[in-house]
Amino acid sequence: MNKPLKDLAKGATRREALVVGATLAGGALLVGCSPADLLSVGAKKDFGAFGPFLKFSPDGWVTVVSKHIEFGQGNHAGLAAIAAEELGADWSKVRVEQAPGVAKVYGNPMMGGVQGTGGSSAISSSWTQLRTAGAAARAMFVEAAAKRWNVPAGEITVADGVVGHASGKQAGFAELLEDASKVKVPEKPVLKDPKTFTLVGTDRVRRKDSHAKSTGAARFTQDVRLENMLVAMVAHPPRFGAKATGFDATEARKVAGVVDVFQIPTGVAVVAENTWAARKGRDALKVTWDESKAEKRSSETLLASYRDLASGKVAPPDKAGWAAFDSKGEAAQAAAGTAAVDVTYDFPYLAHAAMEPLDCVAIVNGNNCTLVHGSQSPTLDQLAAAKIVGNLPGAIKVETLFAGGSFGRRTNFQSDYVAEAVQVAKKVGKGRPVKLVWTREDDMRAGYYRPMVHHRVRVTLDKDGFPATWRHRVVTQSIMKGSPMGTPKIDDSSIEGVKGSPYLKATPVVDAQLLTTDVGVPVLWWRSVGHTHTAYVMEHTIDQLARTAGKDPVEYRRALYAKVGANRHLAALNLAAEKAGWTTPAPAEWTRGVAVHESFGSVVAEIAEVRMVDGQPKVGRVVAAIDCGTAVAPNQIAAQIESGVCYGLSGAMFGEITLKDGAVEQSNFDSYRVLRHSEAPQVETHIVASPNPPSGVGEPGTPPIGPAVANAILAMTGQPMLSQPFVKT
Amino acid sequence: MATLDVNGKAYEVKAQPDTPLLWVLRDELGLTGTKYGCGIAQCGACTVLADGQPVRSCQLPVSALGAMKITTIEALGGSHPIQQAWVRNDVPQCGYCQSGQIMSAVALLQSNPKPDDAAIDAAMEGNICRCGTYQRIHAAIKEAAGVTPPPVAVAPAPLAVPPLKG
Repeated sequence: MNKPLKDLAKGATRREALVVGATLAGGALLVGCSPADLLSVGAKKDFGAFGPFLKFSPDGWVTVVSKHIEFGQGNHAGLAAIAAEELGADWSKVRVEQAPGVAKVYGNPMMGGVQGTGGSSAISSSWTQLRTAGAAARAMFVEAAAKRWNVPAGEITVADGVVGHASGKQAGFAELLEDASKVKVPEKPVLKDPKTFTLVGTDRVRRKDSHAKSTGAARFTQDVRLENMLVAMVAHPPRFGAKATGFDATEARKVAGVVDVFQIPTGVAVVAENTWAARKGRDALKVTWDESKAEKRSSETLLASYRDLASGKVAPPDKAGWAAFDSKGEAAQAAAGTAAVDVTYDFPYLAHAAMEPLDCVAIVNGNNCTLVHGSQSPTLDQLAAAKIVGNLPGAIKVETLFAGGSFGRRTNFQSDYVAEAVQVAKKVGKGRPVKLVWTREDDMRAGYYRPMVHHRVRVTLDKDGFPATWRHRVVTQSIMKGSPMGTPKIDDSSIEGVKGSPYLKATPVVDAQLLTTDVGVPVLWWRSVGHTHTAYVMEHTIDQLARTAGKDPVEYRRALYAKVGANRHLAALNLAAEKAGWTTPAPAEWTRGVAVHESFGSVVAEIAEVRMVDGQPKVGRVVAAIDCGTAVAPNQIAAQIESGVCYGLSGAMFGEITLKDGAVEQSNFDSYRVLRHSEAPQVETHIVASPNPPSGVGEPGTPPIGPAVANAILAMTGQPMLSQPFVKT
Repeated sequence: MATLDVNGKAYEVKAQPDTPLLWVLRDELGLTGTKYGCGIAQCGACTVLADGQPVRSCQLPVSALGAMKITTIEALGGSHPIQQAWVRNDVPQCGYCQSGQIMSAVALLQSNPKPDDAAIDAAMEGNICRCGTYQRIHAAIKEAAGVTPPPVAVAPAPLAVPPLKG
C-alpha cells in the first residue's frame, strides 16, 4: 500500500506532490537525515495479528483504526463500514480508533504517503486498503474455523459477526480469536463482489460518534486535562510579518494564576494555571512590535491593484508575470469580436472559523515530544515539532483527537499553532504538559485565509450561441508560498475548476492566464480550495452566456456537456433537474438557479430556490445530485452535502475578512457573520448510481451553492452578482 | 470562595470572582461538555441552563450566580429525548457546538413543548454550527417535541460505544 518515499512524488498530482515535496525537502533539511529514514522512524513493526487497521477484543468488539482525523466529515463511519463489510462484522459491535502518528503505516496514498487528511480523500484513499484488511481478517477466521470444525474453508460463511457452517456450527470472532491470530495473513485475500455488499451503500452506515457528541463526552483538544498542565496563550502581532521586540509583563504577572511570560518566535506567551488566568494575563501584557517588515496594505488597495493587473492597466512587477494555464487558438482572437460577457469577479479573504478555536497540547522533555490534538496532518506536525526539539520526526508522538471542525485550517506547511505549542512546552520543559489555546479573536485575526481573488472573463459566442472564444485572467496569492519548494509559477490550486472545465473544452479559442501576487497575508486551502471561487466564476458566467443566447440554463449546459462528452456532469445535472422539477414552475415567489461543478473526483449539481427578503437572498430548498462513485455511507454523503451547502452559502452570503492598513478588521462572530439556523436551506441529496470506486464527498458540495444562488438572482433581476459577499455586514 | 449549585450538586469553587462560569465548569469542575467558542455570547457553544433558562456561560461571572441552579449537558444523562433524537438523526458532525445546541433545544421544549418552525428558528438562532447541521437539528427538535422529557435520567444510553481506554 505504502510506496517507498522516493517514489511517492511520481504520479502524484499537484497538492499531493507538493506535500510530498514539503516533507522531503523540509524534513530532510530540518533534521539532517535521509528522506528514506524520515517516515519510517517510530514505525511499529507489530500491530497485532490482523495488521494496523483492525483489532479484535475478547468482548466481541471490532475496532477499525482510522488513519484519518474525524472533524465532522463522517469519514469514520464510512471507513469502519468498508472494513466491516469485507470482514462480515456485526455493525453494532464496530468502533473506530484514531491511528497514532506513523506515516509509514498510516500514510495517505493520495497525499504521497504523508499521514494526513485533505482533498476529500479519506474514503477513496482507504477503499482498497480497508477492504483488503477486512477480507484478510475474514479469511483468517474462516481458516481457524475450518481447522477447528474439520470442514472445508469454502463451506464457511461470515456474516454479522458470526462465523458459521451449514452443519449448524457457529462461533463469534472472540471465540476464534486465538486460533485466527495464528493464521498467516493472506497476501491477496479475495474481496467481495460489490453486488453482494450488505452494509456499504446502505442507510445502516451511520455515525459511531453521534452519542458521544450528543452528551458532551466526545474529547476535543480543548477538553484535555492532564496532571500539572499549564494553559498558554500567545500575544500575536497586530500585523502579519511584525516581530515582538520587547514586552512589559509587570501587570500580567500580577494576575493570579499566571506562572510565566516569555517570548517565542511568533509572539509573547503567557502561561498560567487555568484558561481565564492566561486570558487575563495576556490582556494585561504590553508588547512592542517591530512592524518594519509587516504587510500594511488595506484590502481595498490590494483589490484595486488586482483589478489594474487583470485589466492590463498596470504591468506586473518584473519578477512576477502572467502564466498561461490553458491556451487554444490565437490569443488575439480572444480579445477581439463582440463580447457576450465581459465581467470581473471579486472574492475576499475568508476565515475558516471552525467552532473549536485552534489548540494543541504539547509535552516536551529534553528532545522527547508528545502532541495531543486534532491533528489534520500528523506527519507535518511531527516535522515541525522535530525541528524545534531537535529529534527525528518519527520520534515525535502524535495522539489525534476529534477536532471541532477545520475546513483546512488544521494543516499547513508551518504547522503554525502546533509549532507554537511546542515552543511554549519546550520553554516550560520537564515534561510538564502545556495546552496552547487560541481565543476566537486569535483564530480569526492570526491567519490563515482563503486568498483574495480577482477574475476577469471575456467570452464571445458563435452563431448558435455557444462560446467561441474565452479570455480568462486570475489574480491571486498562492497558497504554496512558504512551502519548502517555494511558489510555483502556476499553482494549480489557484485555477483548478477553470482549468479542466468542460466549458473551456467546448470552446475553440481559449486564452487563460494566472498572475500570482506577493502579499504578506498567510493564505491556505479552505474547504474546496480553488473551487471556492472558480466554480462561481465558471457557473455564473455560463448562466450569463445562456441568458445572452436566449437559452434555458439547464438546456445550455446539456448541450455543452454533450459537445465534450462530460457524461458525469450530464448525469448529475439531469438527476438534480428531475428531482427539483426544473421544467415545472418554481413555487410562487421563489426563483430557481442551477450550478454544476466537478471537484475532488466528484461531480455535484445543485438547484437552489431563492427569493429576496428585505433586500437579501433567502435560500429555501436546495436539490443536490452527486456522483461520488460508489456511495459508501449514503446518510453521511447527504450530511456532507447539507454541510457543504451551508459552508459555501455562508461564505458567499456573508464571509469577508478585510484588512485596514494591514490589520484584520474582523475579530469574532459579531463582525465575521456566518450562516445561522433560520438561514439554512432545506437540502435534498440524491446520489447518481455508479460502479466506480469512491471519490470525494467532504468538499464537492461547497462550490456549486454560491453560483446556484447567484444564477437564481440573475434570473430574478437580470443582474449578475460580481462580488462576494452578497450581503455586506 | 463561592458555592455553586451545578447539576444538583454543591461545589465550593476557588476561582477568582470575575471568572466566567464557563471556565469554572471546564477548568475547575472538569465538566468539559460545555464548550468555549467565542467568549462574547455570539455562538452559543457555552449554553447552560440557569434556573431552567438558557444562558451563555462565557458571560456569567461566578460572582453573579448566587443560588442559581446550573444545569449542564452532563446532567441530561445520555438518553434524554432530545439526545435520542440527535442520535437517531445523526445530527452531530464535528460535534463541538452540539452541547450548546442541545441545551438550547432542551430549554425551548421546556417552555414550548410543541414549537412551530418559527419558534424553533427563534430559539436556535443564537447557536452557530459551522458544519451546517441546522437542518438535522431542526428535524430532531420536531421529532423530540411532544415527548415529555423524563426527569434527569439514569436510563441506559442509546448506541453508546464502550470507551477504548480505561
